Amino acid sequence: MSLRHADVEVGTELPERTFRVRRLDLVRYAGASGDFNPIHWNERFAKSVGLPDVIAHGMFTMAEAGRVLTDWTGDPGCVVDYSVRFSAPVVVPDDDEGAEITVGGKVRAKNDDGTVNVLLTARSGGAKVLAKSTAVVRLA
Amino acid sequence: MAINAEYVGREYPAPEPYEVTRGKIREFAEAINDPNPVYVDPGAAKAAGYPDVIAPPTFPVILGMAGSAQAVADPDLGVDFSRVVHGDQSFHYTRPLHAGDVLTAVTRIADVRTLGGNGMLTLETVATAADGEHVVTAGMMLVVRA
Repeated sequence: MSLRHADVEVGTELPERTFRVRRLDLVRYAGASGDFNPIHWNERFAKSVGLPDVIAHGMFTMAEAGRVLTDWTGDPGCVVDYSVRFSAPVVVPDDDEGAEITVGGKVRAKNDDGTVNVLLTARSGGAKVLAKSTAVVRLA
Repeated sequence: MAINAEYVGREYPAPEPYEVTRGKIREFAEAINDPNPVYVDPGAAKAAGYPDVIAPPTFPVILGMAGSAQAVADPDLGVDFSRVVHGDQSFHYTRPLHAGDVLTAVTRIADVRTLGGNGMLTLETVATAADGEHVVTAGMMLVVRA
């Protein structure tokens, strides 16, 4: 079921997807990852250090962008390299809607060793929240 | 307060090996809302060629977070944790983590710099399997906002 190297071309686009993130997701992510920085769950604290509101863990956004990558390849174990820069925070209001993160991607290079380079993008609230977001995946 | 640049190269070994378990992988996969069966179903993981369930690509942040907490807790490093946001993150894999791995992690301060008044602390965590095989290197840059 895994994507094959032969099936991919430079310029091939990954299916764009939108993920919702609510305060509950951040609390669960804090527990699972061990990142209890209060800027991710405590509005009073976040504002006291100059942030607009509670912000999502950057790693939550990186994980959702990673889902777009691994659902596309079919095999999450194929990831060789995965790097992102967090260029803007995902601000998560205290309501039922939360925030949305929209992720897309495109194949940038096909390599002779059976890997491909993918560029991922992520936007939230009109801002580009990931920059220089690249992955190398090994395809069958 | 500036980050102490004399700390570049300092290493923080994890106090004990990290055991990767099916339960922790499941908890992490659920926290990122990822239903991929290779994270939770040992049969699906074995069918895909793995010895047991594997961990999502960003799972090793757990090791990186633990290492960064050790470094940031060092008062002489001069990092005000209340001003910290995550600047960038990378993972370089030799192979995916799977349940049953017992990993030794060492976190090293790779770089310290100042940009526009903000401090930037780069940490690198190397995780090695019990047999000495490299598994993953996690790089993390923390911004200490001015």
